[in-house]
Amino acid sequence: MFTRSSALAVAIGLMAGSVSGAPQVQLDDPFSSGMWDYHQEALLGDPAKIQFDDRVRVIAPDTAEDAFNVPLLVDATALSDVEEIVISVDYGPIPKILSFFPGEAEPKLALRFKIDQATAIRASVRTRTDGWHVGGTLIDAAGGGCSAPAQAYASDDWEEKLGEMHGRLWSSSGRARVIVDHPMDTGLADGIPVFIIRDLTFSTDDGHEVARIALSEPVNEDPAFTLYFDPETMPSLLHVRGRDNNGNEIEGILTDEEVN
Amino acid sequence: MTTRRAALGLLAGGVAHVTQTSPLWAEARHSYDLRPVPILSGVWMIKGATEYFSRDNGGAIVNCAILQGKSGLILIDSGSSRRYGEALNLALRKLDLRGVSTVINTHHHPDHYFGNQVFADKPILALGGTIAAARTEGDGFSDNMYRLLGDWMRGTEPVPPSIEIGTGDIVVDGRRLAALPLGGHTASDLALIDAETGLLITGDLVFLDRAPTTPHADLARWQEALTTLAAVQAPAVLPGHGPLDRAGIAIRKTSAYLTWLNDRLVAAAGMGLDMIEIMETPLPDEFASMGAQPQEFHRSVSHLYPEIERMILPRAN
Ligand SMILES: [Zn+2]
Repeated sequence: MFTRSSALAVAIGLMAGSVSGAPQVQLDDPFSSGMWDYHQEALLGDPAKIQFDDRVRVIAPDTAEDAFNVPLLVDATALSDVEEIVISVDYGPIPKILSFFPGEAEPKLALRFKIDQATAIRASVRTRTDGWHVGGTLIDAAGGGCSAPAQAYASDDWEEKLGEMHGRLWSSSGRARVIVDHPMDTGLADGIPVFIIRDLTFSTDDGHEVARIALSEPVNEDPAFTLYFDPETMPSLLHVRGRDNNGNEIEGILTDEEVN
Repeated sequence: MTTRRAALGLLAGGVAHVTQTSPLWAEARHSYDLRPVPILSGVWMIKGATEYFSRDNGGAIVNCAILQGKSGLILIDSGSSRRYGEALNLALRKLDLRGVSTVINTHHHPDHYFGNQVFADKPILALGGTIAAARTEGDGFSDNMYRLLGDWMRGTEPVPPSIEIGTGDIVVDGRRLAALPLGGHTASDLALIDAETGLLITGDLVFLDRAPTTPHADLARWQEALTTLAAVQAPAVLPGHGPLDRAGIAIRKTSAYLTWLNDRLVAAAGMGLDMIEIMETPLPDEFASMGAQPQEFHRSVSHLYPEIERMILPRAN
């Protein structure tokens, strides 16, 4: 672990000349990961007002059973006026997983991501008037003897299914769930360039945007998200639109229909 | 820039197998206490802990069956490590001075075949699919097992079974067996019926008092295999994990759990739940009391849910 962590720290240090390693607000990291100061500057832009806050709930399994599909639930509904949630890992070749702009949705998101090693995982919540609030948890990237999952990585029909979308709304419980078929290649494997969905927006029939997700490389293959709404005010239909870094457009419609 | 690329390349290599060397402070004593228990005439079992792999149990969580053969003992499943195989070898020589004559592996999960190394000079039999899977997945399993078990694994190298076993009525070292080629727990699961005693040895197609594991499971196929096994109406069933079953309950209980698991996941997909939300819901009492719960349920959610969800959720474009 030491070798790996310090290699990363060195690599990032070389990269990022602007990061001093001493943020203007020095926090006492509950996980003592040794990397938080750095991410506070590099990922969040060294905010002037920031705190660790247990009201930001980050829930994950203790160990990652499938390193390619680690489930995560981030819940900042105890905070008000949330504008953005940045989800990131402390240790990994690409720390940032995504930014969620909840808009008219609840500040709560279920997702899956790819993990590289045991790490702290953080949700940094930016509020309109009260700065940043950061919650987190630890995930051990251990599998199990009986556990190595079969990966359908080299499936040959991925091009046909690219952008295929599954999902629906549950207006009685205020949920919207969507799964988009996409390889989400990180660009870190030899000879395979970055190929990821950059953003997904959720909007009403008249084009009004209600929420947005900006994805980074560690989001899992075939990204899967649940967004949560107040059932009272939830739209009866959501358009999901997105674009990947190769310019492919993604588009679908979520409704309350069980089948379509 | 090249420095960064190189460093990132190294890190990226770790995505599939996050390796970690075993710590120096690893357990001071690593000795398996393996005791063959006579269960029928000429048949013994080694009883595994009904737990998950841990540094306390050293991975000794599997049941092994031992049958008296003509030239020595027939060992069915060989345990989780080289050291386990060595302990087994010693213990079995007390039953028959000639020791093990033949090994059979029921499937390719590491707790069932990582002791093979000690018996590499003997015939090691398995279904063809098991041999192929052990060859391709052995190294990945090995990384995981070293991480989970640390020094218990020292010197262990996966030795896949070498000889494809016949199916139907066969004779192994003078002992008559019926070999049933099934699947569902993995793509290739072997069950054996000992003709002399009627004992049904199921490998991991059957669990008792311990939650079934699903990393390579096909639930529908597994249920078909259980129907086949129930039809045998064996007087005694030796599950892959858990106690010998003379009451005829183990097959039914395994089937009931798998049915419940599938129903729970299908219902969750119909409600739009994500994996964490499913993991947070409590298990019914009859399944919560199984060994290795709720960990195995959580693992199963990871293994099975993404595919089930895709089938249940409607297309949105
Ligand atoms: Zn197994």
